[in-house]
Order: sequence, then C-alpha cells, then structure tokens
Amino acid sequence: MSQQAASDQNTLFTPFNVIAGIIVIMGLILSVIRFTKGLDATTNLSDYNPWGLWIGFDLLVGVALAAGGYVTSAAVYIFGMKRYHSAVRPAILTAFLGYALVVFALHYDLGRPLRLPYPFVVSQGTTSLLFEVGACVATYLTVLFIEFSPAAMEWLGLKKARSLVIKLTMVLTIFGVILSTLHQSSLGALFLIVPSKLHPLWYSSYLPIYFFVSSTIAGLSMVIFEGTLSHRYLHHKMDDAHLAQNEGVVLGFGKACAWVLAGYFMIKVIGVAADNNWHYLGTGYGAWFLVELLGFVALPAFLYAVGVRDKNTTLIRWTAAWTVLGIIVNRFNISMVAFNYHLPSSERYFPHWMEIGISVFIVTVGILVYRFICTRMPILYEHPDYEPH
Amino acid sequence: MDTINTLQEFMLHTKNIIYIIVVMVLLAMPAFWKFLTGGDDK
Repeated sequence: MSQQAASDQNTLFTPFNVIAGIIVIMGLILSVIRFTKGLDATTNLSDYNPWGLWIGFDLLVGVALAAGGYVTSAAVYIFGMKRYHSAVRPAILTAFLGYALVVFALHYDLGRPLRLPYPFVVSQGTTSLLFEVGACVATYLTVLFIEFSPAAMEWLGLKKARSLVIKLTMVLTIFGVILSTLHQSSLGALFLIVPSKLHPLWYSSYLPIYFFVSSTIAGLSMVIFEGTLSHRYLHHKMDDAHLAQNEGVVLGFGKACAWVLAGYFMIKVIGVAADNNWHYLGTGYGAWFLVELLGFVALPAFLYAVGVRDKNTTLIRWTAAWTVLGIIVNRFNISMVAFNYHLPSSERYFPHWMEIGISVFIVTVGILVYRFICTRMPILYEHPDYEPH
Repeated sequence: MDTINTLQEFMLHTKNIIYIIVVMVLLAMPAFWKFLTGGDDK
C-alpha cells in the first residue's frame, strides 16, 4: 500500500465521517421501513395532526433557512453591494440544497409520493395556497439550480455554457426574489385556514408577513452561521478574497439582521394588539410566546446591534446561531406546539423516533453534499480561469 | 373601555392601542438605528 493510499485511508475514518456514515445507514434503513410499511408504522401522524415534524422542520424550517440565497443575491446583484460578493455562491448553494432537500423530504411525508407532480399535470388547484407554494418551490428550485450551475460548469470546464448562464444572472436574481416573496409568505398564509386550531397568540392575519420578514432574518443569519462553519472546517478551500471579505459580510449582514429583527419585533407586538390578545400573555402559552418574542427576537436584535457597534464578530456569529434556533422554534410553535392547542394531551402530536431519525438523516445528507461540492467546485474561492461575475 | 360588545368597539379599542404603539415605534426605531450605527466611525 502506498503512503498516499494509507493517508487517504486514515483521513476517511474521521469522527465526522464515521458518525455521518452511521446516520446515513440508519436513514436508509428507516427509509426502507417508511416506503414499505407506510406512514402509520413510522410516524405519529393522525387525522388530527396530518402535518408533523417533516412539514414543521424539513419544509417550514428548510425553506426559511434557505432564504439566504435570494437575500444575498439581491444585495449583491440588485442593490450593487459587491463587497458581499464572496457570500453569494455559498448562499446560493445552501439555498439550492435546502430546497432540494425540502422536495426530497416531501416524498417521505406524502402518502402517495409518486403523485407529487399531479398539481402541475393532472389537477391544477390554482385557487389553493398549497398549489402556489408547490409551483413557486418547483420553479425556484429550478432557478437556484441554474444560479448554482456556473460553479459546476467551471469545475467541468464548460466555458461556453457558463458564459451563457452568467448573462442570465440579473434575470435569475429577480426571479428568485419574486418567487421567494410569494412562497415564503404563502407558507404562513397556509395557516390562515385554521383560526380555531392555532393558538391566538400565534394566529394572526399578518402570518404571511411574519413568515416573509422572518425568512429574511433566517436567510441573513444562516449566511453568517454557515459562513462561520465553512470558515472553521473548510478554511483551506477559501481564497484571499473570501478571507478578506468575511469580516465585512459578518458585520454587514449582522447590521441588516438587527434592523429587520427590530422591525419584526414591532409588527409582532402590533399583531397581538390588533387581535386584542394581551390577556393570553398571562397563560402558559403566553409565557412561551414571550420566550420566543423576547428571547429569540428582541434579544438577538440587541446582541446583533452590540456586536456591530463594537465590531465584535464573535458575538455576531453566536447571535446568528441563536437566531437560526429562534426561527426553528417559531416554525415549530406554529406547526406543532401551538397547533391543536385545545386538544387533550392524549391527542397531541409528538414526533415518532423514526420521524426524528429521517429528519436527522436528511440534514446529514445536506451537510455531506455541501461538503462534497465545496471541496471540489469553486464555491469558497474564485476559479483562476474565470472572471468574477 | 370596560366591555367590548360590538365590532365597532373592538376596532376602536385595538386601533387606539395600535396608534400608541406606532408612535412608540416611530420614536424607538430612530433611536435603535442611532445605537446600531454608533460604531460606524470607529
């Protein structure tokens, strides 16, 4: 065995690879059980709770955290903030993988996954919000694939195809912003149909606005969070431009996020006032609502602001992680915790361990694919043969 | 207002409170912006 081969063998069995490998094998076994035994054997879903963890986490959280794609590309290409250019490709890749995994996860959640294309080719429910969400996600996934493709084309040496796609950058960015505005808000609008099931503190006619505004918060925070992880674990793949711009991206996105969080806090308070829900704040659900509002909205707004003022990137990075957690808490609250709040505890939903296992498997697949692409394609560095666009 | 019996009373009550909140927002947001951009000259 050569020294190189021995070295490869040593690096293959890192703690990360071993844990990820175990999760993938377990996920594949759970997938076989899901698709052979059905939803009843693998989930705690019921007629009361037809949407569980796979919708609450894989779809609602997945779509929100993938918002970094449209936020970053809009900042750079539409608003001309070229100083954040190094953040575009990682953000687009994260968004593309996020949406791809949303569609992947949907196959597990749907009772008849092979009918996923039916809304487009068999039965167009054009008056349904879910149709709009499906149409936007399908279209935006295609847009993200095209936006991401130049990196793959540079890797494969397809110069002509790459130059053609680069010319579409502005059109694709505008498409991305429009489609994201539509479906991010429509995901919140889906819950407008259940005013009697969703707790009044979370139910509001402003839900579409809340979902859209919080998606920009999620996108900005995710770019900082994912950039931090890349900086730590894929540092050797970054070129000088990425390393030099990194601090500016963290400070700029942290400042934007502080401002949007402050606005989000205000409209959430106005939402409580508009429905005269003040008296619910004294209940158990009210306490949890205040934890979300003060702990995961007001606190990160303040911490981001302090971090930006003091140019403390470490504080901003930790705040980004906290904000990402806050988005997860918010989507969990709306889709699970505050949903069916009036039902007796015996009828309430708690995910089956196999549901959790499948979700962990899907996230792990996302991380592995992200790492696979970043270690091969020019995501964290500019390809030397091409001009930056 | 002690009791709310009609939609008119409900709207009046909630709008009154929202108007007060909006005035507070108009005062708070510039102050927050000033705090946020306080380190720009550093």
